[in-house]
Amino acid sequence: MPEPSQTNRVAEICQAHAGREGALLPILHAVQAEFGHVPSETLPLLAKALAVTVAEVQGVVSFYHDFRAAPAGRHVLKICRAEACQAMGAVALAEAAKARLGVDWHGTSAGGVTLEPVFCLGLCAAAPALMLNGVLAARVDVARLGEMLAEAGA
Amino acid sequence: MKIYVPADALARALGADAVAAALAAAAAARGLVVQILRNGSRGMAWLEPLVEVETPEGRLAFGPFSGADAGALFDAPEAHPKALGLTEEVPFLKRQTRLTFARVGVIDPLDLADYEAEGGLAGLRRALAMRPEAVVAEVADSGLRGRGGAGFPTGIKWRTVAAAPGPQKYIVCNADEGDSGSFADRMLIEGDPFALIEGMAIAGLAVGADKGFVYIRSEYPDAIAVLGRALALARGAGLLGASVLGSGRGFDIELRVGAGSYVCGEETALLNSIEGKRGTVRAKPPLPAIEGLWGKPTVVNNVLSLATVPIILARGAGYYRDFGIGRSRGTMPLQLAGNVRFGGLFEVPFGLTLGEIVNDIGGGTASGRPVKAVQVGGPLGAWFPPALFDTPFGYEEFAAAGGLIGHAGLVVVDESADMLALARFAMEFCAVESCGKCTPCRIGSVRGVETLDRIAAGDGTAVPLLRDLCETMRLGSLCALGGFAPYPVLSALDHFPQDFARAREAAE
Repeated sequence: MPEPSQTNRVAEICQAHAGREGALLPILHAVQAEFGHVPSETLPLLAKALAVTVAEVQGVVSFYHDFRAAPAGRHVLKICRAEACQAMGAVALAEAAKARLGVDWHGTSAGGVTLEPVFCLGLCAAAPALMLNGVLAARVDVARLGEMLAEAGA
Repeated sequence: MKIYVPADALARALGADAVAAALAAAAAARGLVVQILRNGSRGMAWLEPLVEVETPEGRLAFGPFSGADAGALFDAPEAHPKALGLTEEVPFLKRQTRLTFARVGVIDPLDLADYEAEGGLAGLRRALAMRPEAVVAEVADSGLRGRGGAGFPTGIKWRTVAAAPGPQKYIVCNADEGDSGSFADRMLIEGDPFALIEGMAIAGLAVGADKGFVYIRSEYPDAIAVLGRALALARGAGLLGASVLGSGRGFDIELRVGAGSYVCGEETALLNSIEGKRGTVRAKPPLPAIEGLWGKPTVVNNVLSLATVPIILARGAGYYRDFGIGRSRGTMPLQLAGNVRFGGLFEVPFGLTLGEIVNDIGGGTASGRPVKAVQVGGPLGAWFPPALFDTPFGYEEFAAAGGLIGHAGLVVVDESADMLALARFAMEFCAVESCGKCTPCRIGSVRGVETLDRIAAGDGTAVPLLRDLCETMRLGSLCALGGFAPYPVLSALDHFPQDFARAREAAE
């Protein structure tokens, strides 16, 4: 069962999107922005608000890479894996990140950094690119990545 | 003194915000009053952050700029170490024909008066004075084809939606630009969002739709923010709403944000996603033009297609159609990416050869090593070796050479690239992003990774199996994800067989 405060907040989010056609994705984005993930306890609330089955909501949540079933670490590092970044050393950059953090893709380090792959940030003319806690960086080498993690306290 | 510092995501990712702050601080320390405007990017990535200073002769460019360069800009601008001269005279810009991107990097993206002063709204005003059928005919006559990759004639799509019965129709803008090497949609939205809004409004008036959606990927936070503000400004100025520019005809646009799914760039998956469903692909027919969003007739167009409509209406179909070659009319914003010396956006009429694009414009590789291959059209596009560099840039010309132009993103790799690894990546990417609806894509991509691993381990007998699998995926997949994933795989195999034989030869 969801906590009462959680129930109230989810109800408010659904209310804010009431009358909007096809509102599930905007609602899920709002729920994740609120709680840092999409808590499984909230799925029945969303299903009821949108008059769909819990299975349908679960299906949508699990389809999209952005939606998390559990909270991420304090920091989220997304490194581009796509071809343009590969052409400029993204594979080595990702390997260095994994080694430094001691995790594989989707893992969270002891220091609280969640490492995610991303397929293109649209900075392909200044590759390789990454996003740390929502901030984009381009032409990143291993040394710069280390500085960025240190600056973030990660 | 007016200074331009781009707020484009790429410029910001290279420190443009710190540059703007340093310029403000340096000016204040000298007691100078300056106006720092945040424009879009001129599209020369190797010069970003590119700072411009307005002068009576034109804008002077300085780049790549860092905070340490700020003081000298005020003390001795003529002798500045980063001085590039007049922006318009920089060869990379001077050689372009900017129609779709005419205002990007020039104007303040969120200043509607600036937009209008540079030719904005002329197309919409003309469209409002025309019958809707005439607007559709103008777009059809221009020869504009879908810039998202499929190349379907935009005018025919509009005509189909206009003729479809029903009181409710939609305009959907596909801004789910997920192809590696592509960033034109992002740059356009960040640098000239009103062009997209104007193009969508014209489309709505032409086909009888009063509602539009822009579906933009979550990986583009800056573009989302800029477009959200532009939509609010457009509503406030009467460009959107119940009476577009006082015409009595209504059109409004809603912004929707994706959630990290590549396949949602496929138009029917995108429609499902807007409807709040899993982004699975729909079988066609019915075409979205007949049964699209919530089953209603829907125009689904790429950002660049829609943002090109205003200039076609403003200057006339013939003006646009006179550029280009064969059935590829007008201009294409090329995007040079990956291991390339001069990366960025280069808008030019169709018809340059691939070699001219990569070597003359792009300047070859950034690493200085020989070019090994160029992937054209995103992760589902073919790898072109230098032997095919005489291929002219056009839809039919690239198809005839075994590839596609897609969204005109070009990813250059140098001789250190392992084409087997890149072929494997194409299959892995397809497996990660498959919507799961059809078997050739869902299962085939996984089997493709396994088969390529066998080849990498020296099993040459797996090569015919890989070809057979690619044939099944190509012919049997429901959409371009599974259907085109064989392009990078087979082109790598055909043009670089040595990369697929290394382990076998080592064993022998």
